Amino acid sequence: MKLGWLEITIFSIVLTVVISALFVRGKDWLDPGFWAVFAIVGSLIMFSVLWFLTFDTLKKMSLGSKRVPSPTVINHRVGYEFDPERKIYVPTIGEEEPFFGKKWSEDEAIQLITKGKLAIQSRNCMDCHTLLGNGAYFAPDLTKSWLDPKWETMIKPMVGAQTKEEAIAKWIQNPQYYATWQRRMPNLKINEEEAKAIVGYLKFMSAIDTNGFPDHFGKSSLAY
Amino acid sequence: MKNKNFLYESQKLAFWYWTLALILFGFQLVFGLIIAYQYIQPEFLHKILNFSIGRLLHLNAMILWLLFGFIGGIYWFLPMETEREIVGLFWAKVAFGLIAVAVGIVVAVFLLVQIGKADWVTLWFITEGREYIEAPRWADIGIVAVFSIIFFNVFATIWKAKKLKGILWVLVIDLLAIIGFYIAGMFFTPNISVDQFWWWWVVHLWVEATWEVLVGVLVAWILMSVLGTPRKIVEGWLYLEVFLVFGTGILGLGHHYFWIGAPEYWLGIGGFFSALEPLPLVAMVVHAVYDAGVHRLKTVNKPAFFWIVFQSFGNFVGAGVWGFMHTLPQINLYSHGTQITAAHGHLAFFGAYVATNIAMIYTALQKVRLNEGQILDGGLWKWAFVSLIISIFGITAPLTVAGFAQTFIERAVGGSSWQAYINGQLHPWVKESMVWRFGFGIMFFISYLLLVIDLLKIGKKPAIA
Repeated sequence: MKLGWLEITIFSIVLTVVISALFVRGKDWLDPGFWAVFAIVGSLIMFSVLWFLTFDTLKKMSLGSKRVPSPTVINHRVGYEFDPERKIYVPTIGEEEPFFGKKWSEDEAIQLITKGKLAIQSRNCMDCHTLLGNGAYFAPDLTKSWLDPKWETMIKPMVGAQTKEEAIAKWIQNPQYYATWQRRMPNLKINEEEAKAIVGYLKFMSAIDTNGFPDHFGKSSLAY
Repeated sequence: MKNKNFLYESQKLAFWYWTLALILFGFQLVFGLIIAYQYIQPEFLHKILNFSIGRLLHLNAMILWLLFGFIGGIYWFLPMETEREIVGLFWAKVAFGLIAVAVGIVVAVFLLVQIGKADWVTLWFITEGREYIEAPRWADIGIVAVFSIIFFNVFATIWKAKKLKGILWVLVIDLLAIIGFYIAGMFFTPNISVDQFWWWWVVHLWVEATWEVLVGVLVAWILMSVLGTPRKIVEGWLYLEVFLVFGTGILGLGHHYFWIGAPEYWLGIGGFFSALEPLPLVAMVVHAVYDAGVHRLKTVNKPAFFWIVFQSFGNFVGAGVWGFMHTLPQINLYSHGTQITAAHGHLAFFGAYVATNIAMIYTALQKVRLNEGQILDGGLWKWAFVSLIISIFGITAPLTVAGFAQTFIERAVGGSSWQAYINGQLHPWVKESMVWRFGFGIMFFISYLLLVIDLLKIGKKPAIA
């Protein structure tokens, strides 16, 4: 079902005003009771609309939906390209490519993603980094960090890894060994298994359709 | 206490909550200073108290002290409203004891253990690791339990007193919403989009809806107490405010759903309703100016009066203006995840909630320390009042400047990558702003000390009318 925001907005406001007006007929507008009706009707209608939209939204962003891919997306090349029709950048899911040298089954991929999210929460990543733009601003945004050119250009040679996923995994296990700039990531005692899971999570997260945020990620030549 | 005024037991308990609140306020500021300094000197306490832990303590100390301030307010005004002692006094005291112990344990774990392994033990006993609601799950359940006790106390007291005045109605429903929305934050899902969808139910619907209404209730009581505003007028405004806050704030939640993977209709709904969110705040400014004019600035409680008038302005500027500045999706696409949000947060929380709590404590001190007809006034509170306000603006302004620089350099031009982030952080507008922010942070801390000294002393030698 395609829902238009304008229809929803107008519907909820008109409904609030009409129903409230019906209940306050004959009441003086300086009487507190007049506004009590508006308060109750307004809150109930807005909350009902939110509830209705919640079901729709949760369905549209469940794992494996168009907006939030299945965890098996880690078996594919992920990109970020401008979509002329939507006029925003959207994730692209390309041909198969091995992740840590293998193809992950659906179960394995889900387990990896779950572990990755647990690792991210257990290390409080959000209190320095932003994920989907939410969190603290002490360290770079991780929303599309899998697609960051720096992994290939700087970190891979620095840590001596064969692939991007290995480079990230090595780097986050021992960030203190590799200089980037004066603000340094502390060693968060991430073991190898957890590091793999975190990298899996970053790849999975980069394939979420975020309505174009962050705009032209990693595409600016001015950033280098 | 040397006063001759009668105090309910519940009101004495309120002072316990306020004492704990003010101590936590101090903690919040200490950790705030530490993390502000780490922006300037990243090596400071590196590996001992990393930025993430300092920030977590800064945030959670704030959430808790504001909540404890509100709870104190409920326990202070409820017996006066119902003209009887609260029903579950014993449980209220038990809850206070549990809170104090739980806060101690959680802080100790945050300081000493800090992080855990990627498993359930971490989520239950160390941290949930989700910004603002980092508390381990056992503590989350504790928060719901404590609010359930408060809800029971409010409901049962009203029931016994058979006095369901308008303001109490709003309080009862708002407390239910506070309990309900918090539960939305207590589960784990590997799907970060779904995670953040519900996470905002706690974070936004608490702060931008239920807290605003709770503060509306408390401000209504303070106005009646400090200015003698007639109940009918206060109630009318409160209902209008609830209508506007819930009417705009519930779907205004959509401004957090722009970029988390949610459907595109949230861009429109969130943008539209959050553009309306300043409305109730404008209404409050109009009301405050009107009230102040009617009373020609004459009141029995100067500090409470000034703080409550400032509250309406602070709330409007911090939540309204600074919120609106980056709430439209066209702007937010670039300003999201920058210091602009931090600027907005600092000013809004101070204006809306800190000011209310301070006004409330002064209101209560008048009853405790003065006799009928005496006026609560002095010199020190003015210093604290003015310097707290100057320093919070002094914190907000550089953060805003830093946020603009980030918006342009890191996001709009640089494409938000790692290097773009570093380029943004190295820009003088960001680097120098962080020094200014830290300086005003120190000033804020000194002003806090002035405030505490004044709260301890004011009214002990009554000013002459």
